[in-house]
Amino acid sequence: MELFESGWGLSLIVFLPLLGAVALLMVPKENESLAKQLALTISLVTFGLSLVLIALFDYGAGGSFQFEADASWINAIDARYHIGVDGISLPLLVLSTFVLVLAIIYSWDHWEEPRNPKAFLILMLILGTGMNGTFVALDLVLFFIFFEVVLLPMYFMIGVWGDKSMRKIPGFSREIETRLYASIKFFLFTLFGSAFMLLGFLALYFNSGGLNGGERTFDIPTLISLGLDSIPESAGGLSGTAAWLIFGAMFLGFAVKVPMWPLHTWLPDAHTAAPTVGSVLLAAILLKLGTYAFIRISIPILPETSEIWAPAIAILAVIGIIYGSLACLAQTDMKRLIAFSSVGHMGFVMLGIATLTDIGINAAIIGMVAHGLITGLLFFLAGSMHHRYHTREMSRLGGNQKLMPVMGGILAFTAMASLGLPGLAGFWGEFMALLGAYNPLPSLAESSLGIFRTSMVLGAIGTVLTAGYMLWMLQKVNLGEPNEEWLGQEFHDVDRYEMTAWVPLIVLILIIGFYPRVVFGATTDAVVSLVETAYGATVTASTGG
Amino acid sequence: MTDLLVFAAEEGAHGGSFSEGGFFADTAGIMLISPFVAFLLIIWLGKQLKNDGAEFAIGAMAVNLVWASVLFFQNMTEGIVREVHFEIANIGLFEGRELIFELGWMVDGLSIMMYWVVSFVGLLVFIYAVGYMHGDRRVPWFFAAFSLFAGSMLILVGAPNLIQLIIGWEGVGLASYLLIGFYWEDIENVKAGNKAFLTNKVADVGLILGAILVGLAIGDFSFPAISEAAAAGNESLGAVAAAGGLLLFFGAMGKSAQFPFHIWLPDAMAGPTPVSALMHAATMVTAGIYLMARTFPLYQAFAEEAGIRPIMVTIGVITLFAMGLLALVADDIKKVLAYSTVSQLGYMMTAVAAGGYTAGLFHLFTHAFFKALLFLGAGSVIHAVHSNNMSDMGGLRKDMPKTFWTFVIGSVSLAGIIPFAGFFSKDEILATLDHEGYVGFMWVAIAGAFVTAFYMTRAVALTFFGTYKGHGHPHESPAIMTTPLIILAVPSVLAGFLNVPGLKLGSFGNFTDWLGARVVPMGDYHPESLDWALAAYGLTAGVGGIVIGWLLFAPDRDTQGERDRVEIPVLYPLLRRKYYVDDAALGLVGFTSGPLARATDWFNTYVLDNIVNGVGGAVRLAGRFVYNGLDQRGIDGIFNGLSAVADSAGSSLRKLQTGRVQQYATSVVIAALVLVIVVVIIQ
Repeated sequence: MELFESGWGLSLIVFLPLLGAVALLMVPKENESLAKQLALTISLVTFGLSLVLIALFDYGAGGSFQFEADASWINAIDARYHIGVDGISLPLLVLSTFVLVLAIIYSWDHWEEPRNPKAFLILMLILGTGMNGTFVALDLVLFFIFFEVVLLPMYFMIGVWGDKSMRKIPGFSREIETRLYASIKFFLFTLFGSAFMLLGFLALYFNSGGLNGGERTFDIPTLISLGLDSIPESAGGLSGTAAWLIFGAMFLGFAVKVPMWPLHTWLPDAHTAAPTVGSVLLAAILLKLGTYAFIRISIPILPETSEIWAPAIAILAVIGIIYGSLACLAQTDMKRLIAFSSVGHMGFVMLGIATLTDIGINAAIIGMVAHGLITGLLFFLAGSMHHRYHTREMSRLGGNQKLMPVMGGILAFTAMASLGLPGLAGFWGEFMALLGAYNPLPSLAESSLGIFRTSMVLGAIGTVLTAGYMLWMLQKVNLGEPNEEWLGQEFHDVDRYEMTAWVPLIVLILIIGFYPRVVFGATTDAVVSLVETAYGATVTASTGG
Repeated sequence: MTDLLVFAAEEGAHGGSFSEGGFFADTAGIMLISPFVAFLLIIWLGKQLKNDGAEFAIGAMAVNLVWASVLFFQNMTEGIVREVHFEIANIGLFEGRELIFELGWMVDGLSIMMYWVVSFVGLLVFIYAVGYMHGDRRVPWFFAAFSLFAGSMLILVGAPNLIQLIIGWEGVGLASYLLIGFYWEDIENVKAGNKAFLTNKVADVGLILGAILVGLAIGDFSFPAISEAAAAGNESLGAVAAAGGLLLFFGAMGKSAQFPFHIWLPDAMAGPTPVSALMHAATMVTAGIYLMARTFPLYQAFAEEAGIRPIMVTIGVITLFAMGLLALVADDIKKVLAYSTVSQLGYMMTAVAAGGYTAGLFHLFTHAFFKALLFLGAGSVIHAVHSNNMSDMGGLRKDMPKTFWTFVIGSVSLAGIIPFAGFFSKDEILATLDHEGYVGFMWVAIAGAFVTAFYMTRAVALTFFGTYKGHGHPHESPAIMTTPLIILAVPSVLAGFLNVPGLKLGSFGNFTDWLGARVVPMGDYHPESLDWALAAYGLTAGVGGIVIGWLLFAPDRDTQGERDRVEIPVLYPLLRRKYYVDDAALGLVGFTSGPLARATDWFNTYVLDNIVNGVGGAVRLAGRFVYNGLDQRGIDGIFNGLSAVADSAGSSLRKLQTGRVQQYATSVVIAALVLVIVVVIIQ
């Protein structure tokens, strides 16, 4: 289709939600149903366009950018409006547009105080533009802006619609409102990371001139082709130390978003305090921005520096897996438990990335998609349960299976998916991350095979802990006899909006579980060519380990 | 399925060629799918049907039994080796070759035997369950979950590669969890389910890592490829054989309840009795044995050299003997049978680990019949007396004649008395141990046979002889329950003749030949003729166990209970505490979920978060200092920005709550503009 070949289609996917947000401004606040319908339509059209993208995508050339738009933008700094999708970003872009639709459907009848659907929908749509944009941006400045745009709506969602209880925070003299603490922590933490990330981007920009005929560039494909860190400083490349620092600066920005241990502490607070839909979008999409950036920016632009950093990343990833799972076992709040589980799951994603192999990176992508679907669904469930019981304390819950059989069944299913049951989506990411860690990139296998193999074993042990806390949660929340305080109360089982939002997630978790090709069909070529560009075709052909 | 690929062996075992099996092998996948169709139909329509959806579950198993029987017969006459698979993912390049994940089905001697056992025993247990579960809670869910198990089990035994095997493996684990905790209102049952799931999950670490090691060694997860590479002495496979072989064995130990992973199986008896019969006796727990058999060429080629055989055999022998002793002190009849199952799994594992491929699988085959029979018999008794404890039973032989006679047949078969099925299969294991040079272990296995006969005699005596000690008047179970018992009694008696050394059923050959339909020849040991001396030892042990058990427990009706308290010092407390293995496991779990988890959480809250909050506070102080102290001179942009946001967010949030959309929009636009400007300025 013309629309997509010219690059306008992709731009539409990115900016349609923003246009929708502007349009929503015109809708009178009282007319809630119009606001809802408008937002749903916008998100559905965006999702529909991304389906067209799936249909038109050339899977034979999954490694190259398609549907590109490349126009001059801020000439003063050579920043261009350059967007495009390849096999790596396609599944994530579709996930992003898809989850936004479900989030809007779910919120149809679930508004948290202080309500105001119009404002909330506007924030969701702005978030949509930020998320979609981040996955297609091929210019560092553009990427940075989309990456940051995401921050604000989420900040407001948590700060305004979040948990209003007061909490005693260690280190503070008086009690603080949970949402206030969480939103500020989320904002500052990310901003802290972003500051370094921006420094890293700028450093790349200033160093790109020497190899690019004097022209500095923020363009990601161009930066990749320059091979900055493989060329000595004297010939216009980067020195080892500079490259190391630049990687480190970007690492801080991305790792906060993932989040990697020990930069994760904003996550449990933000997730727990956020309104349901906020938690869902945060878990399903926002966390992926960081991991995606590693794959899109760090590794291809600085492949040799990545090799230096990789063992450290693997170690942090595995600490995250074990640490996150152990922390889950100590939680009493159901939502906080699910939040902590993300630390562990994203640890598997980062372990996959750290192997610097096509298999590991592929593991990371399917891990991201699966985590988006599964943990998104878990947060939906936690929200709906809280909506009914008005508590998330697991010691007060129990016997939910009896009070709400359908909700209980879906919770059990999702918990099984989350603990990586083979045959469901979550398995592939974990299994393949371990597969990749057994045989990392040959140069890594030479220098630090022990680290990766130990990571593999510890990661595998992490899956046991994951099963442990998920089963424990089911035992506490779902099974046994209901707590006495709920006896005689009527509970409405899953309503139709919830069902509409959840069934697609359940179906996708099953489909990807049994037929992961729906994801790998797009990604495999792309990651193979990414690794080959970064480390040479000989790498995949040589004998590793 | 355009890319449907077919693998067929050109040259089979013993130099003979095998058939591709034709229509029924082409469509064998139906067996893997039909239980899932039943699952969905039961969930959808089960409640509206007369038998709560058991119709679908039974229908699916009946279809499967037809397929399995035809294949079984075809395999008897022509021998089938066939693999059908299709790609579900190409996950990237590994050493220059595409690494592929596939699903599909194997049709060879081993799979066909397992298809048939699962379908045959499964069908009978499902029918029995209609009677047993009548009037119980959630019957549709029971049959749905049971179908889920059957489907997963068939996916497991039909798996043409390690990946699909893992899917089936965890699927049966899930079904096991769901059915052990079937009565989840009682939290103890839930805990039993958790124990089963987690114990298996620990062992699964071995399965997963073993699969990675073996699969990556040759760049292919498929069993035919692994078998052929092993048979050809592939060097990179040989290099990982010790670790990979042990890891796979570790995984097998979990599912097949080998010491010290046996702890989950007795607790698993919390599930309804049909579940115990089919899953926790006849089929699911043999998955570990099946895995060892599936990867047998790997062990056959490398285990000796790698020196891992003695380790595996030792585990098997410990299991068969020590767990048998535990059956002696149990009062719960299902626990007696559970420990007996663990012990018999030890026999199978010992055999397969020692190199007795056929011997181990033949015992799996016969055990499936008589142990399912015993569990269903126990279920029939429990159904009648409403208690699991033998101290509430006694004297039931007159009230429940069908249950009694079939139970005795099962017990005698299990005790290994000629000519019952258990005799022949156990004898072949002894012969294998003798031949492979594990003579000491062979004597332990014979001692184990004594223990087996002893505890079964005790169980029969306490349950069916003496006086009735329970409440009410027990009655024989309905025909829908006793008929499966009678049917299962037939192979419990006769199945042994399928593999008497030196005896062939005319042109059909025998069990050994049927299992011989494999991608690569097994090269395992088969006794040419019955070793009567060895048979005499085994038989003496069995008869001795029965006689002594009878003398101790049968005649003296009133003191039956007292006999149970013959407390041998050291041994008795050890058995009562189940060798302290359960306590140790519980301690480990307690430590992980207790102190360790709390310490992690404490670290997170009071160390990491305090650092974060401390930094935030310090920055705020610095901001104040800069503002007050330096009177707005030389303001450090970043510090001020941070502190300003922190300070003002509270009040601005309150303003924002007024709901003025324009404000949100404006703030977002301003923020975006600020960022752009920052970027522009920086250049």
